[in-house]
Amino acid sequence: MDKNIKQHFPIFHHSPDLAYFDSAASALKPQVVIKKMREYYEEYGVNIHRGLYTASDRATTEYENARNIVAQFINATPEEIVFTYGTTHGLNMLATSLGQSLKSGDNIVLTAWEHHANLIPWQQVAKKTGVELRFIDIDEDFQLDLEDAKRKIDSNTKIVSFAHVSNTLGSKAPAKDLIALAKQVGAITIIDAAQSIVHMNTDVKTLDVDFLVFSGHKLYGPTGIGVLYGKKEKLEALSPVVFGGDMVNDVSYEDAEWNEVPHRFEPGTPNIAGAIGLGAAIAFVQEIGLENIIAHENELTNYLIKQLSTLPEVKIIGSSDVTKHNGIVSIHIPGIHPHDIAEICNQHNVAIRAGHHCTLPLMKKLGLNGGTARFSVGMYNDEKDIDTVLRALKKTLDLFR
Amino acid sequence: MDEQLYKEMILDLYKHPLNHKQLDTFSIEKKAVNPSCGDNVTLQVLFDTEGRVVDIGHQGEGCAISQASLSLITDKVKGMTKEEICAITEENMLAMLGIPISHARMKCALLGWNTLKSMMNEL
Repeated sequence: MDKNIKQHFPIFHHSPDLAYFDSAASALKPQVVIKKMREYYEEYGVNIHRGLYTASDRATTEYENARNIVAQFINATPEEIVFTYGTTHGLNMLATSLGQSLKSGDNIVLTAWEHHANLIPWQQVAKKTGVELRFIDIDEDFQLDLEDAKRKIDSNTKIVSFAHVSNTLGSKAPAKDLIALAKQVGAITIIDAAQSIVHMNTDVKTLDVDFLVFSGHKLYGPTGIGVLYGKKEKLEALSPVVFGGDMVNDVSYEDAEWNEVPHRFEPGTPNIAGAIGLGAAIAFVQEIGLENIIAHENELTNYLIKQLSTLPEVKIIGSSDVTKHNGIVSIHIPGIHPHDIAEICNQHNVAIRAGHHCTLPLMKKLGLNGGTARFSVGMYNDEKDIDTVLRALKKTLDLFR
Repeated sequence: MDEQLYKEMILDLYKHPLNHKQLDTFSIEKKAVNPSCGDNVTLQVLFDTEGRVVDIGHQGEGCAISQASLSLITDKVKGMTKEEICAITEENMLAMLGIPISHARMKCALLGWNTLKSMMNEL
């Protein structure tokens, strides 16, 4: 990674000593994203698709160009890309819409490590329809248990939905195997790519997944913008669950006829600046090179785990294999609450996440009621940041000893 | 660097909490959680015939700030009536801790005080 990479991120002009280890919650925003969004607001900040004037035409062009960039990034076609407000929004759309055709006796298969965003929407479906929720278990190395998946996915399974990478453990799901199992029984497949999108190449054709959702802000883009990918025929079969303007071809007082996909899923004025900003973020990631970012993050994760292992009190909640962390390292220190770890880290300008990471059932299952302290890396982290982490953790241990 | 937050008193109360026990008999009991931290507490209060706190216990787990504030508030209210407990303000609670509390840690600092207040309202 370029030694000057931090210069692309204005936050470091304001906080030069910041060691930011919370990219899994939200990645920092590069200057090019901010510039592109500012350009929209300053030069052509108007609505899309409707205005028959130059500024609106430019806004439409930029918005649709962002859709093209996203499509190309995950090897989809532009009509398969729906802009949402984030992963949570996309998953709620899918659960609400797909849930309408489910009935008692059917089941939905999730995993033990789901984020609340891929759990609670399905719980609501289960409450309304009586469908059963099943959870693929994890093994002693914090990986998904494929044998358990084979038991849980059966002829009554209608939907298989899972996080590609666990936001708490960093473990990666065996996506191809799970999708193959789902296909054998004709179930719809959904990938929550919120964590994985920035740590690996995502190719929806190779994955052969029906739907895939992610957020812009974990991909160095703005908040409030996300993506719902759907195979064209799957999107066409999906009923919209939010209604309003710009999603229709014809409307009478009694009825409405939907616009083409993806527009029927984007009623009302979307987050235009957000979509354009996301396009700029992906272009930035591609310019740096996703492969370079992955290699850099793997090196750093390796170094972080190596350094953490010099502190015997620190227990890593995740795989013992350093290559299975995807930029995320959760720790537990017996006798020290994760919030106290985070607070002392903050006193050393180290920003981390502490708590249950919106995976409460997993934390309870692991017997970690206070959650974990989570370190997650981004392209801008370096070994110096990790050395600061070690100083902060040593201080924590000294204080509480 | 500001180490004031973890001054000796706070750490001492975390390692050796006051009134961290279960009561055999009590007048009122309440469980509470701080979902952002995963802190959880069960408070039990025993009043005597004159309406004064004769014993109080807390159980559960949490961060140093929440545990220290639980020790402090439970010790403070011994001998107090319901009305006297209700008169304890948020400012009083924070003053007892005597450390700067950030927005994010306010829920930890006030967990015990909030729980006790809502118990008094249920009496």
